[in-house]
Amino acid sequence: MSTEITISHVSRGFNGHIVLDDVNLTVREGELLALLGPSGSGKTTLLRLIAGLDQPDSGSIAIGQDDATSRHPKERGVGFVFQHYALFRHMTVFENIAFPLRIRKARKAEIKAKVEELLKLIQLETLAGRYPAQLSGGQRQRVALARALASQPRVLLLDEPFGALDAVVRRDLRRWLRHLHEEMHITTLFVTHDQEEAFDLADRVVIMKDGKICQEGTPIDIYRGPANPFVHEFLGESNHLPAHVAGGVVLADAGFPLGSAALPDGPVQAYIRPHHVVPVPAAQGAWSIVRIAATGAQARISLTRGGTTLEAAMTADELLEAGLHAGGAVEVMFTGGTIFGPDGAGPVRLNTQALAHKLKAG
Amino acid sequence: MASRFLLIVTAMAFMAVFLLLPLISVFAEALSAGLGAYASAIVDPNVQSAIWLTLIIAAITVPANLIFGVCASWCIARFKFWGRDLLITLIDLPFSISPVVAGLLEVLLFGLNGLLGNWLSDHNIQIIFALPGMVLATIFVTFPFVAREVIPLAQEQGNDEEEAAVTLGASGLQIFWRVSLPKLRWGLFYGVLLCNARAMGEFGAVSVVSGKVFGETDTLSLAVESLYGSYEIQAAFAVASLLAMLALVTLVLKAVLEWLHRDELNAVKRKRTA
Repeated sequence: MSTEITISHVSRGFNGHIVLDDVNLTVREGELLALLGPSGSGKTTLLRLIAGLDQPDSGSIAIGQDDATSRHPKERGVGFVFQHYALFRHMTVFENIAFPLRIRKARKAEIKAKVEELLKLIQLETLAGRYPAQLSGGQRQRVALARALASQPRVLLLDEPFGALDAVVRRDLRRWLRHLHEEMHITTLFVTHDQEEAFDLADRVVIMKDGKICQEGTPIDIYRGPANPFVHEFLGESNHLPAHVAGGVVLADAGFPLGSAALPDGPVQAYIRPHHVVPVPAAQGAWSIVRIAATGAQARISLTRGGTTLEAAMTADELLEAGLHAGGAVEVMFTGGTIFGPDGAGPVRLNTQALAHKLKAG
Repeated sequence: MASRFLLIVTAMAFMAVFLLLPLISVFAEALSAGLGAYASAIVDPNVQSAIWLTLIIAAITVPANLIFGVCASWCIARFKFWGRDLLITLIDLPFSISPVVAGLLEVLLFGLNGLLGNWLSDHNIQIIFALPGMVLATIFVTFPFVAREVIPLAQEQGNDEEEAAVTLGASGLQIFWRVSLPKLRWGLFYGVLLCNARAMGEFGAVSVVSGKVFGETDTLSLAVESLYGSYEIQAAFAVASLLAMLALVTLVLKAVLEWLHRDELNAVKRKRTA
């Protein structure tokens, strides 16, 4: 039985405010897909629509071959893990996981076997008698997952699964979930606002903004080729420089060359990631170092030239080797970047090789 | 150290004078003429009928208010509807009205010269000076007890668990019995205890609508007053001791249940403060 999720032309508004605007998306069978976007982008609403906790104003949602749009949630075969877990507070861990089996009137021995199997899976065999309030956040999260799996769903939906956890627990649980998915291969869709989480965990990532899908693809494809300035900025820090193209050369409006690009003359927007900004010590350099912040393995360097500031990043080792210090004068080399047209058109890769050579030679 | 000692002693002394001493004196006075006199006061047919009437009124009132409390909390916590705030305010009305006035309201509605009096007497239905009136008055007075206990709890707990139950395949009825009701059960339990204590002890409202026919429309509280009024002091205290025992049984019941479910209660409490 296919477990692909097909969302076609789904729209949803609340009190005249459009939350989802004609969304089309296919979650492929057995894949782990991340819905990534800032808060208010409609990703949780989309998840609730798939689960049947809410109804779309228009459009349809199919799970496998059957149209689920008007189906009751309990007929959809969807497992849902809520952001705040929504465990039954008056039931023990065991009873929480047994709930979907009990309401299906499963036999006692069957329930016991299934719950014990799931407890083993989430590594909480010893805490079966505890109440949710007696568990840590990470443990609650796992119980919520086991409870969702107990109903043997065709697809699994997770709403900000790691949102309420601290950094270390979050990382461990992420690996554990990835591992679990590789074992079970259940079609999984999870919502997050954390770019790192989405890229680390998902097979494919869908980026949403203002109720629309901006881009979908594998993490590496999206990172290399962000479809628009929003995606580029959302995926991590970048230096935004208004620029213009003249004869194939990209010049920052502040008056320094960035590289070349095959674009017609005219204004453009350049986005350059900090690790594509390389400060080189130069006595007569036009840039000066404002601040160096070493945060463990990574170092961040703030640069200024006239009114323009740039953020550069390199490893701590590279920093040591380069011999940079706050207040020093440097020249700046760009090793990569993305150019968007004036109306967000693009993207076009910034070609930096020719310029870098010229700088090195000079 | 000294101030802590002083505070404890003050609190204890206060408790002793205002709670413990009266309780002891009720039993002391009730037993002042010996066990025989105590027993004969209790087995008096009029007192027996008062006991039954009190139990009947409570047996109708408590479930009625329980059902109302659950319904009100269910719809107030789950839905936004027109008149929601009005409903929340109205639930408190019996708290702010004197029970005697509540009784008079019943008379004005259902009495012979009341709004519905003609219609009722035409159909041979007697409400005032009879059991129905006493039940209605008690329901009115004890109306907020369960609802007031349960509504804030339901609002605080929100709708997440019900939504989770839906996605796990539960039907509306299953959600109600397995999730919504159980998660409110401590609120319901405390509400029922308070409601029951008040229903059995209610005097003002019931005294207005009861005909005070000794042996017919007398509850325990009314019997205490009428016995006391007719200078049967020892008998009055004997009946009063029954009400006092009721209060003690309620307290013990509460303590035992809390002890039996201490794990769950502690967990819930911790969650609330967390």
